[in-house]
Amino acid sequence: MKVFLSGNEAVARGAWEAGLIFASSYPGTPATEILQNLASYREIKAEWAPNEKVALEAAIGASFAGVRSMASMKHVGLNVAADPFMTLSYTGVNGGLVIAVADDPGLYSSQNEQDTRRYVKASRILALEPSDSQEALEFTKLAFELSERFDTPVLIRLVTRISHSKCVVEVGDRKEVPRKVPQIDPAKWVMLPAFAKERHKVVLEREKRLKEFAEGSDLNRCELLSEDIGFIASGICYQYVKEAFPEASVLKLSVINPLPLELVRDFCSKVKRVYVVEELDPIFEEQIKAAGIHVVGKEVFPEYGEFSPDLVRSVVDKGYKPSYISFSDIPARPPTLCPGCPHRGVFVALRKAKVKVFGDIGCYTLGALRPLSSIHSCVCMGAGVSMEHGAASVGMGNSVAIIGDSTFMHSGVPSLMDIVYNNSSSTVIVMDNGTTAMTGKQPHPGTGVNAKGEPAPKIPMERIAEALGVKRVRIVDPYSVDEVYRAVKEEVQVDEPSVIITRRPCTLITTRPDEIWEVDKDKCIACGACLKVGCMALSMNGKAKIDEVLCFGCGVCAQVCPVEAIVKRNGGSNEG
Amino acid sequence: MKVDIIICGVGGQGVLLASEVLGNLAILARLDVKKSEIHGMAQRGGSVFSHLRIGEKVNSPVIPLGSADFMLAFEELEALRYAPYLKKDGVVLVNRQRISPLTVLSGDAKYPENPVAMMKEHFERVFEVNALELAKKAGSPKAVNMVMIGALSKFLDWDESLWLSAMERCIPQRFLSLNQRAFSLGRAG
Ligand SMILES: Cc1ncc(C[n+]2csc(CCOP(=O)(O)OP(=O)(O)O)c2C)c(N)n1
Repeated sequence: MKVFLSGNEAVARGAWEAGLIFASSYPGTPATEILQNLASYREIKAEWAPNEKVALEAAIGASFAGVRSMASMKHVGLNVAADPFMTLSYTGVNGGLVIAVADDPGLYSSQNEQDTRRYVKASRILALEPSDSQEALEFTKLAFELSERFDTPVLIRLVTRISHSKCVVEVGDRKEVPRKVPQIDPAKWVMLPAFAKERHKVVLEREKRLKEFAEGSDLNRCELLSEDIGFIASGICYQYVKEAFPEASVLKLSVINPLPLELVRDFCSKVKRVYVVEELDPIFEEQIKAAGIHVVGKEVFPEYGEFSPDLVRSVVDKGYKPSYISFSDIPARPPTLCPGCPHRGVFVALRKAKVKVFGDIGCYTLGALRPLSSIHSCVCMGAGVSMEHGAASVGMGNSVAIIGDSTFMHSGVPSLMDIVYNNSSSTVIVMDNGTTAMTGKQPHPGTGVNAKGEPAPKIPMERIAEALGVKRVRIVDPYSVDEVYRAVKEEVQVDEPSVIITRRPCTLITTRPDEIWEVDKDKCIACGACLKVGCMALSMNGKAKIDEVLCFGCGVCAQVCPVEAIVKRNGGSNEG
Repeated sequence: MKVDIIICGVGGQGVLLASEVLGNLAILARLDVKKSEIHGMAQRGGSVFSHLRIGEKVNSPVIPLGSADFMLAFEELEALRYAPYLKKDGVVLVNRQRISPLTVLSGDAKYPENPVAMMKEHFERVFEVNALELAKKAGSPKAVNMVMIGALSKFLDWDESLWLSAMERCIPQRFLSLNQRAFSLGRAG
C-alpha cells in the first residue's frame, strides 16, 4: 500500500513493522512526531519520559529484558542522554535498540546547531541516515536486525528536512519478534572498571566488523555517471546533489558510521573531481582526508546552516546564478505568544518589576523578543534555575529564574535542589500552563495524562518544591499582572529560596471564555501602552482596537491601560 | 510532467492541510510527490509555507529558487515573502486578505501599501481570489484553504472527482461536505 508519510511517521511505521514493543522519548522539534506516532500503535508501549536521559535508560532496560526498544529525541536531547548513550556502546544490547535523533541544520527551532554524527563517531556504534521517508521506514526496520546482529545500539540520524518532509511510501505489515530471555551477564552489563576495560576492546573489535559491513553493504550506493565530477553525500544532501547535478556521479552513503573508506577510495579513483556535500560539520571529509584521499569539502561549502539544491549548485558552479525576484523591506512575521497566553501577564509584571531574568526554553522564551523584552538569558533546558542560583550565590541580586512546567519536570528539579541545598535566596517562577506547549501540547508528569492520552498519576510541582525544602511556595494567577508583580517584588526581597507558580492552562488546551474585552473609544488616548503587551489581537488605528475574533479575554492589556479605556464585553463570538 | 507549488500564509490559515490534499491528489494520480514544511516555532502566528513538488520522480523536497510553477498565497504580504521561489511566468493565486504581523501592529514595521500590485509588476499571471468571502459562503471562514485549492484546480488537468477523493483522504468526515463546498466555490469563482 502507498501512503504519504513524513520522515518521522515513516520511522515510527518502520519500528512498528519491525515488532517494536517499547519506546520512550521527550518532545523536541523536529523529532516529536516519532513518539506521537508510535503511541498510536496498540502493540507498542510508548511513553513520554521526563527527559531524554530517562527515556534512553528506559529503552536500555527494555532491551535488557529482551524486547525491541527505541528512544527518540532532538539533537540537543542526546546531550542530556549522552551519559547512558556512551556506555550503552560498551554494554551492547539484548533486544534490538534503535535511537532516532533529529538534527536541526538552519536552527528552525533549536538553541544550537550541533552535529549528532560527532557523538556517533565518538561512541563507535552503527548509524544509518535516510534520504527520504521510504528509506526512513526501511532503515529503521533494518536497524533493529543490525542492532541484534552486531550487538550494538543503532542510531538513525535525521534532519529537520527529512523529519518534516512527506513522501510516497510503500508500507508493509508488522512482524512479531519472539521475546529473548533477560540477559544476566555481569561482564557485559555491569560496567565496573574491570568489566568495562574488557568491553572497550569488544567495542573496538565490533567496530572492525561494522566497517566490513559498511564496505560491503548495498545500503551505500555508487552511481557512476560522469568521470569528471562526482559527489559524496548522505541523507537530504544526496537529494540536493541529484537535483542540482543530475549528470554527476554520486556515492550515496547510507551507513554513515563507520564510514566505508575503501568504497570512497574506489569511487574517488574513478572520478576526477569529488566534492563531499555535508551540512554542518566536516565529519565525512575529515575521515576521508585522514585516509589520504583527495576530496573538496568545507574549503567551499559552509559549516553552518541548511543546504539546498541552489546552494550546492552555486558553490560548485561559480557561474550559476539562479534568477528570481525578491522584495526588500518585507516586515518580519516572527512567532509570538498567542492572545490569552498565560505567559504574557508574567512578562508584563517582570518588566515592571525591573528584575534580571534567567530564562529557559519553551514558548515563554518568546518573552525575550520585543515588545516584552524581559528575558536575559537562555542556554539550555533547566539552565535558568541553576544560573539564578549561581548568580544569587555571588551576590548579583534582584533576579529571578523562569521555567515552564514541562521544563521544570525535565531538568528543573535537580537545579531547585541545588538552590535549597546550597542555600541561595533564589526566586524561581514556574510558568505552569499545564502542557508542553512549544512542541505541540504533549502531556508531562505534571499533567495527569500519558502519551497514549490515558489518565495517569499527576505529580504536582508545588509538592515537589515543598518536599525539596522550599518553605515559600505560592501559586498566583498570571492573568493578574498585579498579583504576579507583588509576588515577585516580595520574594526577591526575602532571604531564602522561594517558588512562585503562575498557573493557568495554555489557550491551546482550553476553551475561550465568554467574556472578552473592547476599547472604549471615548476614553482611549492612543498612548500605545496596550500595544506593549505584544498581543496579536491589539492594533492601533487612530485609537486602539481589539480584534473580537482573536481576543481570548485575558485582560492583561486592560491592566496596563493608564486611563481604563479597555472594558469587558460579553458574547465574544467563537467562530473564526 | 512537473508541477512545483509553493503555498504560503499565516499560522492558523490551514496551509499545511491544503498541501496535504495536493500530496494525496498526486498519489491518486499515480505520480511521485514530496512536500516540505517547517513545524515548531513557525506556528505561533508566524509565517507558514509548504513546498509541494509533483512529477514522475522528485528528488529534493525543496523547490529551487525561481522555479515554482504556482504560488498559492493565503495572505498578501506572504506572497511577497515567498516570491523568490516563483518562476517569471508562474501563476500566482493570492487571497485578498491582510493580516498584520506583530511587528506592524506594534509600530516597528510598516505593512506594504499594495502587495498585490507589487506582485503584478513583476509577474504576468497574478489572480486575485476573495477566498475569505467564499469560505464564509461555504459555511466557515476556516475553509479559505479549500477555496484556494479549488481556484488552483482550474489550472491543472485532473478531474474534479480526483480532487474530491484527495480531500476525502485527509479531512474528517464531519467537515468534508463543508470543505468540498468551499473547494467548488473556489473552482467556480
Ligand atoms: C534537551 C532538550 N530537549 C527538548 C527540547 C525541546 N523543547 C524546547 S522547550 C520544550 C518544553 C516546553 O514546555 P514548557 O516548559 O512546559 O513550556 P511551554 O512551551 O509550555 O511554555 C521542549 C520540549 C530542547 N530544547 N532541549
